[in-house]
Amino acid sequence: MVSLLFISSGLFLGWSLGANDAANLFGTAVSTKMVKFSTAAVIISIFVIIGAVFGGAGTTETLGALGDVNTLPGAFIVALAAGLTVYLMTNYKLPVSTTQSIVGAIIGWNLFSGYDTEFTVLTKIVGTWIFSPILSAVFAILFFKIADYIVNNVKIHLFKIDMYTRIGLILVGAFGAYSLGANNIANVMGVFTKTSVIGGLDLNIVSLSSIQVLFLLGGISISIGVFTYSKRVMTTVGKSIFKISPVASLIVVLSSSAVLFVFASEGLQSILITLGLPTLPLVPVSGSQAVVGAVIGIGLAKGGRNINYKLLSKIGLGWIVTPLLALLISYIALFFMQNVFMHQVYL
Amino acid sequence: MKKSIFNKSKELEKDINEYLDNVEEALLIFKREINRYFEGHFDLFEDGLKDILKVENKADKLLKDIKYKLYTYMLIPEARGDVLSLLETMDNEVDLCKKVLMQFSIEKPKIRDFVLAEFKDLTKQSLSSAEEVVKGLRTYFEEISMVNDYVNKVHFYEHEADKIEERIKRKVFETDEIDEFSKRVHLRHFSERIAYFSDLAEEISEKLSVAAIKRSI
Repeated sequence: MVSLLFISSGLFLGWSLGANDAANLFGTAVSTKMVKFSTAAVIISIFVIIGAVFGGAGTTETLGALGDVNTLPGAFIVALAAGLTVYLMTNYKLPVSTTQSIVGAIIGWNLFSGYDTEFTVLTKIVGTWIFSPILSAVFAILFFKIADYIVNNVKIHLFKIDMYTRIGLILVGAFGAYSLGANNIANVMGVFTKTSVIGGLDLNIVSLSSIQVLFLLGGISISIGVFTYSKRVMTTVGKSIFKISPVASLIVVLSSSAVLFVFASEGLQSILITLGLPTLPLVPVSGSQAVVGAVIGIGLAKGGRNINYKLLSKIGLGWIVTPLLALLISYIALFFMQNVFMHQVYL
Repeated sequence: MKKSIFNKSKELEKDINEYLDNVEEALLIFKREINRYFEGHFDLFEDGLKDILKVENKADKLLKDIKYKLYTYMLIPEARGDVLSLLETMDNEVDLCKKVLMQFSIEKPKIRDFVLAEFKDLTKQSLSSAEEVVKGLRTYFEEISMVNDYVNKVHFYEHEADKIEERIKRKVFETDEIDEFSKRVHLRHFSERIAYFSDLAEEISEKLSVAAIKRSI
């Protein structure tokens, strides 16, 4: 029970992830009524949980290498600091990602506890933040060119395109939800993996390790975020920022999901190793920023129109402000937890 | 039983194709009947009027059905408004077929020999424009890259029709063969009515161009 109380900050982070990031997956589809909200919410919930439970290990390992938060109260504060940063930044309408806040909060813990921050891991993570929207843009340009060729050169009736797009939005949304769960569960539950006392679970068909149960709880909190709050966000996403066609939105979701996937998939990593190819690090990345990258990619593919440089600079600012703010909150809150509430935040 | 999205799409695709077939049929009937009138086969002409009434009626029913299905099936949300607007304007061509033939039947304008060839040519060019716009609308649904080819043809035939219409009007008002001013006005009116097919086609083609651009991803 105490353990559950301590992971509540992670669950809150999961809820906010479900409320905000999940909207990227089905925002345009739901707001243009291509897919019903209830259908979208059920799909996201199922696949986010599957992704979290079965694909979340890789990115969690990377976050663990950055900072090995070794007490439960410490982990509680780190997740809380990340959650508060997300809340504050959202309140001031600044683009924010849970990934960047959790990294800042972990570094805050490292500084407070006197542990070294692995510089190589940090550069790998920050490099991925910058690389992921670029990769997403590259994917989007590629997919756009293919889709554009098909629409303009292959004889497909408008109603068939509509039907394929709907099916595509659902499939890609499911893939996106899986990737989001696999890539971002580390942000939500990663810091608790070393200290949680929640046991494993045997469901006859499948047995879950204690970490997987933790990820399951995180996945469920993301689903609750989807059901309780994401409808509003989806409507906003669909109608204001991304006023694009359903086919283009399919490309955006596919590109950003592919980015989340390549930075989370251990399977892909082992295939690349077998083939002797360079591998991509398994790092939690921001889904929202990958979406922005994909939208810019489509703009570039169309001839460089519709590029919102102001939004780009805001994202760049987010890379700096978010971790710094989370670091600060984390450091101060750890001090209070240790010295006022008398809980040991590190060993 | 609830229809699947596959069946809904297929049904609407079929309905729209059938509707466009109907528009083409109406234009063909108009061409046949007006030529009967020009050739002086008035009995046959009167007899053929039933066909245009039947086709117009069927087109109305189909369009009503398509409108209902487009909204209840919630398909093509982005293009729905454009599709409806295009089909509704296209319906004006069918209505025009009926109205003009009826006017010929009721008012029985005397097409004099000195303008007969021009009237025939006007009908040909104006209806060609309408036929091309129907083809253009078909490609809007199936082969978007071809739309502009048809739009260009519509403009060409419309321009030709305009020139012939003007020629008829000048001839009618300059000739000594017609005594009464009202009869000159009468012929002018019918030349305008026939030319209106191409004006409508041009209006649809302009909408079509915009709708095609909006359909790019």
